[in-house]
Amino acid sequence: MTPSATSKRRPIHPPAAPALAFPYHPGSLLSASDLTLDDISDILTRATALENQDPLTRDRILAKRRVALLFYESSTRTRTSFELAAKGLGADTTLISSLSSSIEKGESLKDTGLTLRALGAEAIILRHNSSGAPWLLEAETRLPVLNAGDRMHEHPTQGLLDLRTILAHLQPGAHTVTAETLAGVTVMIVGDILHSRVARSNMQLLPRLGARVLLCGPKELLPEIAAQTGPGIFIERDFETALRQSQVVMMLRIQAERLAGLQLDLEEYKANYQLTGPRLAAQAPKAIVMHPGPIIRGLEVTAGVADGVQSVILEQVRNGVAIRMAVVERALTAAQPKGGRA
Amino acid sequence: MTALVIRGGHLIDPAAGVDGLKDILLRDGRVAEIASPGKLKQAEGAGGPDVQTLDATGLTVAPGLIDMHVHLREPGQGYKETIATGTAAAAAGGFTSVAAMPNTRPVNDSPEITRWMQAAERSAAIRVFPIAAATRGSKGEAINDFAALKSAGAVAVSDDGLPILKDGVMREALAAAARVGLSVIQHAEDTRMTHFAGGIAGMNAGAMAFKLGLRGWPNEAETSIVERDIRLVQELRDARVHLHVAHISTAGALAAVRQARRNGLRVTCEVTPHHFLLTEEHVGLYNTNAKMCPPLRAEADRDAMLEGILDGVVDAIATDHAPHAVHEKEVEFEQAPNGITGLETALGLSLRWLHNEGKLPLGRVLSLLSAQPAALLNLKGRGTLAVGSFADVVIFDPNAEWTYHARQTLSKSRNTPFDGWAMQGKVRWTISEGRIAYTSE
Repeated sequence: MTPSATSKRRPIHPPAAPALAFPYHPGSLLSASDLTLDDISDILTRATALENQDPLTRDRILAKRRVALLFYESSTRTRTSFELAAKGLGADTTLISSLSSSIEKGESLKDTGLTLRALGAEAIILRHNSSGAPWLLEAETRLPVLNAGDRMHEHPTQGLLDLRTILAHLQPGAHTVTAETLAGVTVMIVGDILHSRVARSNMQLLPRLGARVLLCGPKELLPEIAAQTGPGIFIERDFETALRQSQVVMMLRIQAERLAGLQLDLEEYKANYQLTGPRLAAQAPKAIVMHPGPIIRGLEVTAGVADGVQSVILEQVRNGVAIRMAVVERALTAAQPKGGRA
Repeated sequence: MTALVIRGGHLIDPAAGVDGLKDILLRDGRVAEIASPGKLKQAEGAGGPDVQTLDATGLTVAPGLIDMHVHLREPGQGYKETIATGTAAAAAGGFTSVAAMPNTRPVNDSPEITRWMQAAERSAAIRVFPIAAATRGSKGEAINDFAALKSAGAVAVSDDGLPILKDGVMREALAAAARVGLSVIQHAEDTRMTHFAGGIAGMNAGAMAFKLGLRGWPNEAETSIVERDIRLVQELRDARVHLHVAHISTAGALAAVRQARRNGLRVTCEVTPHHFLLTEEHVGLYNTNAKMCPPLRAEADRDAMLEGILDGVVDAIATDHAPHAVHEKEVEFEQAPNGITGLETALGLSLRWLHNEGKLPLGRVLSLLSAQPAALLNLKGRGTLAVGSFADVVIFDPNAEWTYHARQTLSKSRNTPFDGWAMQGKVRWTISEGRIAYTSE
């Protein structure tokens, strides 16, 4: 069973993975990586225009169009702002949540999506507890699908509203973004990177505008591999060292519901990574402090920091409505796809 | 009595050292005679009313292929596959023997189920050799009665789908199997590294899994079990002990097997076509037909599998044919079951990539798919066409290029990442113990 080596052997190069067909619909927003810099500029520009438009004319833009919100996880900010955004443009919205629908009876995501389409939904906004679910829903329904958070994968509209918030403070008035727009800017993301879809979308988005993304957290929540997921992403485990380098401090919630099995001492975590008033004043007195919410006051940030002058947390929430208006408008006005898009 | 003559084909029988144009006479399910073209001596060789003749001019004739790792889903999950449909797909792929894993419903941990799987009522197109569960219910705790299972027809023991995790249980399984002349086939996965409170790892650990927000299945979960098992084999100091590593997928585990062999231990392994051809990149954006256990690995591991095949440390190519219904795979990636079908694509992929591209001699490729698995499972009279052997034959056109279409499969399921792939070598006939089990149009 040990045959002699062959002399004529030559290297084998099996086929690379095929190009991906996603997104099928040009109005879909599944991942922040779906967007070109031009797409991002368009969304930012439309967000501002729609925000400033008279609500009485704005609600004719998508008058009586049908948008379904399909939520498999609880949500306050994302659900409400998507709903307000769609209604602000005049669309009819309907909310399907996993606890009050046939999903409870075991209906699959595919069947739920096809049912919504048959009921006239023209776009589906999906929050799901399984990474990648929006790709399945889009493939099966071929409707524009907006990813409103898929487990620990992505939350692209959060990335966009975070970007809008960052630009408002660092590049006021900028709507057209380029690969240099955030050159020289360091954005640190702190905490549970492993389970964070917010971190992943920001890691996709910000480096493409020239920002340096500095990840900070303990090994259990921030594996080394995170720095290898793209250019412009670095790890700095020491919180204060990272703070000193950053113009933007993005704090993440410690997700108790996803920590099962991890050995993490919360007191130790707070000692090392909690953003406190003194730390902020000493290391990053000019930085803006962001948090995607929900905040657990007294854990990742103190109440003083959350309510402090450097906090832009509620601005982020406000920006969510503007960004989601632009994204919902894009979903329903993008040219119809001709089959799959390469 | 039935007789079949195969005329004018190019016989390649690596185990018998034959490589040339031959006529073959099959009678009563055995190989009766082999001779140069036109030179068969026995009466049937001249043809006659009860003799069927197959014209194999321009075709390759080889021992029927043997897949030592398939899931036929019976008993219990006939909606995915039945023994009849799974063996029909196997015959279409050139296989004449398959070894069926015990993770059925219920688990095949008894002589009754082992016999049931081989019964004529199952309507198998080819020979099915059950691999029985090593432990009761494949729970990894209590060793089964291997002597009774062997008497019922089991050719090896395994808890495939799950590992035998406990040191003491694995040691006892290896020793008990050795006493009755069976191998232990280990599904090497330390589930303490792959099963989490929030779910089970569905793809290779690494940057791609991190990016996709999926839990990673680390290489160490495989290598640590293989290394542990090799240590147990060494400690047992019994030449009869045979450890076989199922669907090996990591460079580290393969290196451990290589070293164990150098140390004179009876440690063998199999590689699947998907692990020697595909990488984690093929998961793409949550393609559930690229989800299996162990997962598709990084390029370095995939290249190590190819290297292992070329240099001979890999003992067999096995498919891990794992059919699942369409609706089971059309779900969220993390919820999708592990596994892909493979019986109809193994030969076409192996010939195309190992033989055509890699220049591995045809005899070597065929040996990995027949003589070597026959030896690993101790299937007497199979994996060769020497006179007196079982008349298990595959006849294929080695030059035919064709495209595999999953919708045309004879399996009940079509969960394959190779849909639309170019294949090399088209099976013309598959003969199982003298009966034609498959004929292409």
